[in-house]
Amino acid sequence: MNISAYLDRFGLLAVGLVAFAAVLLALYGLAELASRRDRNRAVAFVFLAPAVLFLLIGLVYPAVRTVVMSFYDAKSENFVGLDNYVWAVTDPDALQILVNTAMWIVIVPLLSTALGLVYAVLIDGRAGEKVYKALVFLPMGISFVGASIIWKFVYQYNGAGGEQIGLLNQVVVWLGGSPVNWLNESPWNNLLLMVVLVWIEVGFATVVLSAALKGVPTEIVEAARIDGASPSEIFWNVTVPSIRSAIIVVAVTVFIATLKLFDIVRAMTQGHHGTDVLAHNMVEQAFRLFERGRGATLAVLLFLLVVPVVIYQVRNMRRQEMETR
Amino acid sequence: MSTRTADQAARIGETRGERLRRVLSSRAASVVAIVIAALWTIPTLGLFVSSLRPDEDIRTTGWWNFFADPGSVSLYNYNYVLYSDSQGGGLIINLINTVVITIPGVVVPVAFAAMAAYALSWIKFRGRNLLYVGIFALQVVPLQMALIPLLSIFSSGLHIGGMTIIPAWDLEGVNTLIQVWIAHSIFGLPLAIFLLHNFMRELPGDVMEAARIDGASHSQIFRKVVLPLVTPAIASIAIFQFLWVWNDFLVGRTFAPGEATRPLTAVLGDMAGTWGFGWTRLPAAAFIAIVVPLVVFLLLQRYFVRGLLAGSVKG
Repeated sequence: MNISAYLDRFGLLAVGLVAFAAVLLALYGLAELASRRDRNRAVAFVFLAPAVLFLLIGLVYPAVRTVVMSFYDAKSENFVGLDNYVWAVTDPDALQILVNTAMWIVIVPLLSTALGLVYAVLIDGRAGEKVYKALVFLPMGISFVGASIIWKFVYQYNGAGGEQIGLLNQVVVWLGGSPVNWLNESPWNNLLLMVVLVWIEVGFATVVLSAALKGVPTEIVEAARIDGASPSEIFWNVTVPSIRSAIIVVAVTVFIATLKLFDIVRAMTQGHHGTDVLAHNMVEQAFRLFERGRGATLAVLLFLLVVPVVIYQVRNMRRQEMETR
Repeated sequence: MSTRTADQAARIGETRGERLRRVLSSRAASVVAIVIAALWTIPTLGLFVSSLRPDEDIRTTGWWNFFADPGSVSLYNYNYVLYSDSQGGGLIINLINTVVITIPGVVVPVAFAAMAAYALSWIKFRGRNLLYVGIFALQVVPLQMALIPLLSIFSSGLHIGGMTIIPAWDLEGVNTLIQVWIAHSIFGLPLAIFLLHNFMRELPGDVMEAARIDGASHSQIFRKVVLPLVTPAIASIAIFQFLWVWNDFLVGRTFAPGEATRPLTAVLGDMAGTWGFGWTRLPAAAFIAIVVPLVVFLLLQRYFVRGLLAGSVKG
């Protein structure tokens, strides 16, 4: 490996950045021209043009195209009506994927939010709270792939006779059990994959919920305590209702991340042993099996699952804004 | 009944039993908190320890044996995965790909989003709200919806009814990285515009008004008044986008699929997925990919958390 082998990349980067700077300068000049003539519409157009152009070509058009493709066959040549959708809900393999996805989007948001909440309450006001928070928050900076590798080593299996290399199997052996090839054991392997995402998302939940906890007026908690409420009563009847909207936001955010999950399944099992999910199989269908119709259909299903949740989130945010006013 | 005892406790101090229970429950809380913190740290620690152990040790014993019998510590694995010409090595090229992808992948969407957010919050024009709602709604579209058509735009152009809107790009080799820049820029825009709009909207209107009266144009206000005021917000959004692009697997793998152009994460993801020959190199390789975002994350955590809270709680 020689330095000269990388030069083309840095050359490309330099050209790209210079070109981008030129575009920015040109836009700025145009905006300045329009500003002098005091034409708000023209200025707005210049400011918005790049973003709107990108979004139209890169998101709006492709989304519409994907919906259309979902009604066509593998090569997008013949119209097949609802065949792809029928496949998605009747084919045993596809059904397995839908069932797995359903498990993911129920279990992961629930577990992440619950653990994050418990942890945030436990460390609230405790000495070293910042360190506690940072330790759990750290996985947020690690990629899904990195986290998968970390956990794949935890789950590693080394035959019944040999010494165990994976921590989980070593613990099992220490407790007197015999090691298990965890990632091949359907359906439990699904849970082990979920652990990876929960491990990442609990940090997010903790940080957001812990900030919300700081906003709960201490007088209310104090008053409840003087009235003789037990800690668990205070938790359920005072704390949880006060930070309800933050809890919903966390659950919804984790829900959406879970639904779009590709990396962990890819890096852990490649979708084998009954662990495939919607977002992963979509890519498999479209780019490995060249079943573009089916891939598009799965993408549309993904979209349809996200929409109601986001609408709910927007209404929740609206209500929150009304309350704070 | 419980009210009465609590009143008493509040007045005359708690009984010995109550005190014991309180101390115990606070002990239990400590234990639970420590257990969670440990569970969240040990797996990463294990990977790090593994990355420093020789091949043979990784293959035969668990990383915890390292503490009983440290054996030899070496950076051999790091050197191998970065520079070796043999299988599973030479990842330096992929690391450079990641860097080359990440810089424009952060700068371009943040710059365009800042401009768009300014127009949406401080320039008055007809249809502004409609446009904002439209961009806001685009956050709902999962990027999976865009993958197949966007890739086909790059390979065969965009034609609507016989009219060529964009000709085919026909990029090859290193140049396919351009596709990744554009894809990341597109996918990062909706959230960045939404967050920056939230911040800019909150700026005091009289400052803008004063600048207008002094004869400043919109582009001058944007550069001299708004940008300095929202620098912390831009920092937090840039960190978001940085983490997202650096850690991305799917976009890089789809738009720069060649062996020599894949970003580091894509190589790692496929290596981990197949778990074939050379899995003992994975800890070192993974740690190289992990360490950069982790350092950025730790140093700039304050900005990141601020952006997180602004995006999720405040809305």
